[in-house]
Amino acid sequence: MNLLANLIPVSAEIFLLVMVCFILIADLMLTQSSKLFTYLLVQLTLLGCSIITVGTHEHGVTYAFNNMYVDDLMSDVLKMLSYLGMSMVLVYSRQYLMLRGLFTGEFMVLALFALLGMNVMISANHFLTLYLGLELLSLSLYAMVALQRDSAIATEAAMKYFVLGALASGLLLYGMSMLYGATGSLELGVISDAINQGVQNKSLLAFGLVFIVSGLAFKLGVVPFHMWVPDVYHGAPTAMTLLIGSVPKLAAFAFTVRILVEGLQGLEHDWSSMLIILAIASMALGNLAAIAQTNLKRMFAYSTITHMGFMLLGLISGGIEGYGSAMFYTVVYMLMSLGAFGMIMLLSRAGFEADTLNDFKGLNQRSPWLAFIMMLLMLSMAGIPPTVGFYAKFSVLNAIVQTGHTWLAIVAVLFSLIGAFYYLRIIKLMYFDAPESHEPIVYGSDTGLLISLNGLGVLFLGLMPGTLMSICAVSVQQSLLLY
Amino acid sequence: MIFGLPVISITIWLPIIFGILVLATGDDKNAPLARLLALVGSVLGFLVTLPLYIGFDTTTSSMQFVEHHGWITRFNINYYLGVDGISMLFILLNSFFTVIVVIAGWRVIEKRVSQYMAAFLLMSGMINGVFGALDSILFYVFWEAMLVPMFIIIGVWGGPNRIYATMKFFLYTLLGSLLMLVALIYLYNLTGGSFSILDFHQVAIPMTAQILIFIAFFFAFAVKVPMFPVHTWLPDAHVEAPTGGSVILAALMLKVGAYGFLRFSMPITPDASHQLAGVMIALSLIAIVYIGLVALMQTDMKKLVAYSSISHMGFVTMGLFIFNAYGMEGALLQMISHGFVAGALFLCIGVLYDRMHSRNIADYGGVANKMPVFAAFFMLFAMANSGLPGTSAFVGEFMVIMGAIKVNFWYAFAAGTTLIFGAAYTLWLYKRVIFGKVANQHVEELTDLNAREVLIMSLLAVLVIGMGVYPLPLSEILHASVNDLLVHVAHSKLPL
Repeated sequence: MNLLANLIPVSAEIFLLVMVCFILIADLMLTQSSKLFTYLLVQLTLLGCSIITVGTHEHGVTYAFNNMYVDDLMSDVLKMLSYLGMSMVLVYSRQYLMLRGLFTGEFMVLALFALLGMNVMISANHFLTLYLGLELLSLSLYAMVALQRDSAIATEAAMKYFVLGALASGLLLYGMSMLYGATGSLELGVISDAINQGVQNKSLLAFGLVFIVSGLAFKLGVVPFHMWVPDVYHGAPTAMTLLIGSVPKLAAFAFTVRILVEGLQGLEHDWSSMLIILAIASMALGNLAAIAQTNLKRMFAYSTITHMGFMLLGLISGGIEGYGSAMFYTVVYMLMSLGAFGMIMLLSRAGFEADTLNDFKGLNQRSPWLAFIMMLLMLSMAGIPPTVGFYAKFSVLNAIVQTGHTWLAIVAVLFSLIGAFYYLRIIKLMYFDAPESHEPIVYGSDTGLLISLNGLGVLFLGLMPGTLMSICAVSVQQSLLLY
Repeated sequence: MIFGLPVISITIWLPIIFGILVLATGDDKNAPLARLLALVGSVLGFLVTLPLYIGFDTTTSSMQFVEHHGWITRFNINYYLGVDGISMLFILLNSFFTVIVVIAGWRVIEKRVSQYMAAFLLMSGMINGVFGALDSILFYVFWEAMLVPMFIIIGVWGGPNRIYATMKFFLYTLLGSLLMLVALIYLYNLTGGSFSILDFHQVAIPMTAQILIFIAFFFAFAVKVPMFPVHTWLPDAHVEAPTGGSVILAALMLKVGAYGFLRFSMPITPDASHQLAGVMIALSLIAIVYIGLVALMQTDMKKLVAYSSISHMGFVTMGLFIFNAYGMEGALLQMISHGFVAGALFLCIGVLYDRMHSRNIADYGGVANKMPVFAAFFMLFAMANSGLPGTSAFVGEFMVIMGAIKVNFWYAFAAGTTLIFGAAYTLWLYKRVIFGKVANQHVEELTDLNAREVLIMSLLAVLVIGMGVYPLPLSEILHASVNDLLVHVAHSKLPL
């Protein structure tokens, strides 16, 4: 394979890297007041990336750089969604960060580096590339959480995130090295073949798998490896929470699927029984703990744990249905969490974070439209039709019932019932209670438009969910070569 | 279809579109416009249901006015609508009550008028969707979605303890719905990839699975009916809901549960239904007798009528699970009649509450002296509630008791006691509120019904008496569908 053929599948990443470096330097020349230029440049970069990703799309699966890198439909779809998500994150965060003096070049450069890491994770076909992408993403995120230097709580969150994240990376690396020892390769396809042909040292393989699954669970934030999630979500400035809680989930999904399905399909029986425990524990603890929270960011942190647990059910089911539904769930979750955190930022003012439950009291009287949008988002998170959250849950439940684990579906719906309570509580606060403050809600027309589109999108996708569902299923089918 | 128009779709979407328009009128500055739009929407919504009645073919039990379009093709979920004799009447009933509720809330609701009216219009469309849907996921979407406006209605315009009540209402019903969802997905896999309710009716299911599915459906529908022992949300929700909310709850929401038994539980799992019929009848009888006694002890008017509703719905579930034509037709007539009677009683209580702001029976007495017209209407509805011959309630109750006697004398005997208890609590309520000397200063200041209230009451009175004297037009519509259902239920669906 010549160099050019290798470069085409990674052209979007190369463009992204070049642009990040350019923005990094260009930003040095700009004064604080003209940061808007950087912002526009970043948005243009995202646009350019998406054009390149579409333009270089090829039918089927293309490998590059000695099978270290893969370009397939799933990766392209997930990348496109990541660009979209990242662009939304930036729109939502702009005003919030400006008011707090955090709207700096560093933020935007780090965000793009995180995106680059995610792209690499999404397209990786080799343990080394996977790890490279993961670390690029994680290190950018650690730095972003710590960006608000004078905030003790943010610094604490960053420390916690860093220490636990490093531990998780260590676990993953250890697991990878064991698999390397057992199979003699770091390339996912080769590992898969080796496992299917039979591996001599079974216990080494099993140990490796346990470490890998633990590491993945850390990164996904599922119980019992969830400790960092509430603290980081709570401590980080909301814009960073928004970033951490939304787009990287797509990458985490791809990362998990690449390792477990492409690499370790032969051990499906083992890892799926581990995932069952993780999923049930996450849904139980996440839902129960979320009820007790008074801080909205913490509550959403626990809700993330629950959602990731639910997503794992799709992976457990396997097949096109299972992986497709897990992907659909992840995409839907990203949309919902973008909207929810976006709303928190939209209601914030200079010196005021709208991140406690009480800040949502009487929102319907202050702004009926925003209350309506938030209601749609909450109903979607609770999985009530006609919002898209219902179809996300529906497709996962359908996959799990098809595999014969009907009891697991029943457990899942019972925990969703508990979950419905705390989402309803927000609707209750917005609609039934009197407002605590009558400060006018000031927001830019761009954020206003975006949050409306976000909320209505959740409703519209709920009325017409078929297309997105099919896209997810087809991309999973083509990329994982399932039939 | 009539003139090629999708009639059922119109009955669903017209109120919803008007609901959105009403919502768009914004805050209370535009309240008159919101009221007017809501009235137009609800009246139009009722008028468009009439073609269903006029064009209905009473000779067939198959689905009529069918609409079938692909929706989520990946899962073979379709936008599949149609009505038979059972569901058609409820669409009419629902659209009719939407008009009543809009008129009843005309002056009473002063804050957030547009949201109130819009919530009822949206809910009206969704309830029509529940009755019209023949695809189980479409059914489920409407079934769940209608909880949301009700949740808001009780929570915003309800009484002092409204938040507890509305949360309880939502979570109780959600529990049942989620289990039903799992059952639907299970059936989907069993039929080899169809969510059509009619396909579910045909598929063979082993006994254990039937029982589990029946239990899942039971949770969903029994909560809505509500059957003993999952009835406890109803008194709370009723008491705290605004008048319009109570009316829709009593007249429609409860019927949705019984409709679910008819459309899902009995035809899909006939063997389990027969197996568990004893339990269902026992629960129904407990509801009839025990809840009837509980009603006797209430000091709150709304609570009394709420318990009386549970007791009357016991008749419905009993009528369904004795598996004969009398019982089932009686149950259906009882459902419709109870819609009118309970709706009317809640409106009567609403009339008093709007004037006195109390639901406590002890605060009243001698109302007849000040509100003679009201007293006359209230009398009629109270009599109907106690099952007096000549009123609509008598027809259904009588038929259910007739059906029960054929199965077991003691069922009929226990059910018959309700005629005594029902009369006791209703008439005692009536005596304490209406008769006697004027109890206090507040009663002294009461004014009689205004034109708007007289209009509502007369409409309902005509229907209650009309249906009691001449129920034939209704039972004619039911007949073919009920017979078909009975044949269906009699066939075992166990795999050979």
